[in-house]
Amino acid sequence: MAEKSKLGLDFTQVAAAKQLAKQIADQVQEFVDGYTTVTVERTLCRLIGIDGVDENGVPLPNRVVDALLEAGVLSQGVLYFMGNAILETGANPQEIAERITNNQLNVTALPLHPLADIQKAVQPYIEQCLTRIKGNVAKRNEYLNTIGEGPKPYLYIIVATGNIYEDVVQAQAGARQGADVIAVIRTTGQSLLDYVPYGATTEGFGGTFATQENFRIMRKALDEVGEEQGRYIRLCNYCSGLCMPEIAAMGALERLDVMLNDALYGILFRDINPQRTLIDQYFSRIINGYAGVIINTGEDNYLTTADAVEAAHTVLASDLINEQLALLAGLPEEQMGLGHAFEMDPGLENGFLLELAQAQMTREIFPKATLKYMPPTKFMTGNIFRGHIQDALFNIIGIWTHQGIQLLGMPTEAIHTPFMSDRYLSIENARYIFNDMRSIGEEMEFREGGICRERAKVVLNNAIELLQQIVQEGLFTALEKGIFGDVKRPKDGGKGLAGVVTKGDNYFNPFIKMMKERW
Amino acid sequence: MSGGLYSMDQKDFDQTLDLTKVKPYGDTMNDGKTQLSFTLPVPCGDEAVEAAKQLMKKMGFDNPQVVYFKELTDGFTFVNCYGACTHTVDYTTIHVPKVESTVWSMPETDDFIREHIGRKIVVVGASTGTDAHTVGIDAIMNMKGYAGHYGIERYDMFDALNMGSQVPNEEFIAKAVELHADALLVSQTVTQKDVHIQNLTELIEMLEAEGLRDKLIVVCGGPRITHELAKELGYDAGFGANTYADDVASYIAQELDRRMNS
Repeated sequence: MAEKSKLGLDFTQVAAAKQLAKQIADQVQEFVDGYTTVTVERTLCRLIGIDGVDENGVPLPNRVVDALLEAGVLSQGVLYFMGNAILETGANPQEIAERITNNQLNVTALPLHPLADIQKAVQPYIEQCLTRIKGNVAKRNEYLNTIGEGPKPYLYIIVATGNIYEDVVQAQAGARQGADVIAVIRTTGQSLLDYVPYGATTEGFGGTFATQENFRIMRKALDEVGEEQGRYIRLCNYCSGLCMPEIAAMGALERLDVMLNDALYGILFRDINPQRTLIDQYFSRIINGYAGVIINTGEDNYLTTADAVEAAHTVLASDLINEQLALLAGLPEEQMGLGHAFEMDPGLENGFLLELAQAQMTREIFPKATLKYMPPTKFMTGNIFRGHIQDALFNIIGIWTHQGIQLLGMPTEAIHTPFMSDRYLSIENARYIFNDMRSIGEEMEFREGGICRERAKVVLNNAIELLQQIVQEGLFTALEKGIFGDVKRPKDGGKGLAGVVTKGDNYFNPFIKMMKERW
Repeated sequence: MSGGLYSMDQKDFDQTLDLTKVKPYGDTMNDGKTQLSFTLPVPCGDEAVEAAKQLMKKMGFDNPQVVYFKELTDGFTFVNCYGACTHTVDYTTIHVPKVESTVWSMPETDDFIREHIGRKIVVVGASTGTDAHTVGIDAIMNMKGYAGHYGIERYDMFDALNMGSQVPNEEFIAKAVELHADALLVSQTVTQKDVHIQNLTELIEMLEAEGLRDKLIVVCGGPRITHELAKELGYDAGFGANTYADDVASYIAQELDRRMNS
C-alpha cells in the first residue's frame, strides 16, 4: 500500500483489520478442511466429464452422488469410487455414471484397488478438465489482447426474461448500447434447488435457470456481439445457493467471467445452512480463481435490511472477511469483486458525502480488487424521475472513486424487471457521467477534518471493533447473533445441512492442489 | 423537434373543471396533455415515428408528437411522445374499496392495544413461497421501519416475528400455530406470471383446510397488491404501495378489537 490515502486513512489500522479478518477466515478454514458436501462431490463428477439427465430429468451427477450417499460411503468421495470403477470396468466416468443410473452397476460393490492406483486412474480426466479450463482462460486473454475491453468501471446490466433466447436479444442490445458485463439473473428459487437444471430453458420466474446449455448459448451470443462491437463482453451468473461449486464448474467450463459467489449472502438472505455453504464456497472459489472468474460478494444486500449509515461498518467487516476467505482459496485480489452499495436515504443531509467517503474508503482498503458497486434499490420508489437522479449520483461516486464494476441502477427499479429502454436510459446516464467526470478523482481532495475523512475513520474503527468481537466468538456465533444485515442464522439451521459429510480416510480431491498451484 | 418553446395551440376547449369528465392536466385545464415513452420493434426512421403517432391516435391521443427517438438495437426504436388525451372519466362515481380503519401513530396504537386488548398482539410475517425479496416485509416489520415509519417490531404492544424470505406456506402456518399468532402478514414482491396469486391463494386454502382461517387476521402486502385483490383472494386486508407499518399496525389493532370486543 505505497499510495497515500486521500482520506487520511491509517494504513497500519487497515493492516490490523486485515489481520483480524485473517484470523476469522483461518478459523472457518480449519472447519471447512474436514468436510465435503453433496454438491462438492457432484462438482467433481461434472469436472471429470459426467453430464446429462435421467428419464426424470435428474442430473447424472446427482444420481451418482445419491447412490454413494445411500450406500453410506460418500465420505470416501466420488473420485475414489469413480477411479476404482474405471480400473474395474475400463469405462470412462460418463459411461460409469450412465450404468449407475440404469442400475447396471453398483460401484460400491466392486473389488477395491490400492488408493494410489485409483488416483492414477482418474488423473487423465482431471488433466483433461484443467486443460479445457486453461483453454478458456487463454481464449478470454486472447480477446482482451485483440479486441480489448471497456474502461472501468465496467457497466454491468442484468437480463431477466426467463427465456434464454429472449435474454440473448436483450443482452446483445445492452452490449450494443455500451454494457461491459451482462448478468443473467437466475429464476427465483434456483438457489434452493439441490441440483442444477439441464438444457436450454425458456420458462422462469423473475429470471432464467442457470444451466450449462444456457451458459453456452449466452457465451456464444456475447462473443458475437463483442467481436462486432470490438469490445469483450463479460458474462455473469450466480454460483451461490445449494449448488455453488457445481455452477462454478459449469462457469469455468463455459468461460463465464463474473460469478456472484458469497456464502454469507446465502446464509443471511437465502437461509442456507452456514456450514454447508462455507464448505461449498471454498471449492467454488478455488474453481473461480483458476478459471479467471471475478467473484462478486453480496455485502451490498446487508444495506437493504439494515440501515446504510448505521451498518456501513458491517459491510466493510464482511468485505474484509470475504477477502481473506478468497485468498485462502487462491483467488487473486484482482478477481475479487467485493460488494458495497449506495443505499442511504435520499432525505439524509450530506448523504452523498457519506456515500462518497465510504466508496473511497473501500477503494483504498482493497486497492487491487475489482470492487462491485451496487446502485440504490431500497429507496427507489416508483418515481422514475427522481430515481434517475439517484442513479446519477451513484454514477458520480462510481467514476470518482474508481469502482471496478458499476452495477447500473434502473429508473424503474422496484417496478419491473428492466425494459430494453430502461437499460438504454441507464447506460446513457452512466456513460454521460463517466465521460463528463472522468478525472474528478484525480482533481479533488478530501479536506482534513472534513465530513468525508471523519466518516471513513468512524466506519473503519467500527469495523475493527466488530472484527475483534467476531475473532472472539467465531464467525458462526456472529451469524447466530445477527451481526450482518440484522438477520440471525443458527449454525445448524437453514437448508442443506444434511448434505454435509466428513471426509473419510480414502478421500481425495486433486483439483484443490492443482488449481491452487495453477497446474 | 416539437412546436418550439411556447405553445401556439389554440385553446378552443372548455377550461372549467368538470369532475364528471376528468382528463389529464398539462398546464391548462382539460388540455389532456400526457407524456408517454415506449419502444417499437421496428427499425429507426420516419416510419417508426409515424407508427408511434398512429399508435398514439389509436390510444386516444390528439395531436401526437414524437419528441425524441433512438434506435436501441437493430430493429427496436425507443420514443418519447406527447399527446392530448381525448378520453375522460367520471370521478364522481368512482368507488375504491379501502381498508376501513383509522391510521394512528405508534404511541396511539400502543395505547389503544393496552386499553382494549390488554396484552401484546402476536404478529408473524414472511415473504412466502419462492419470493426472495424481503424489502416489503422488512419495511413493515423491522425495528427501523421505512422512510421514518417505525416497523411493528418497535411497537411496545406487538410481539412481532419476521421469518424473512422464501418461507414455505407450511412453515409459515406452523410458526403461527406455535406462537399463537393473532395476525399473519404475507409479503409478495415477485409478481411475474402471477406467481403471487397462486401463492396467496394456496395459503388461504391451507388455513381453511386446517380450520385456522377464522382464528387469524390474515393480511397481504406488496407493490402489486390492492385491498380489492386481497379481499377477492380471501384476505382480511391488502396493503399496496405507499403504505407503512402505521397503516398495518392500526388496522390489526382495530380489527382485533372488533373481533374480541363486539
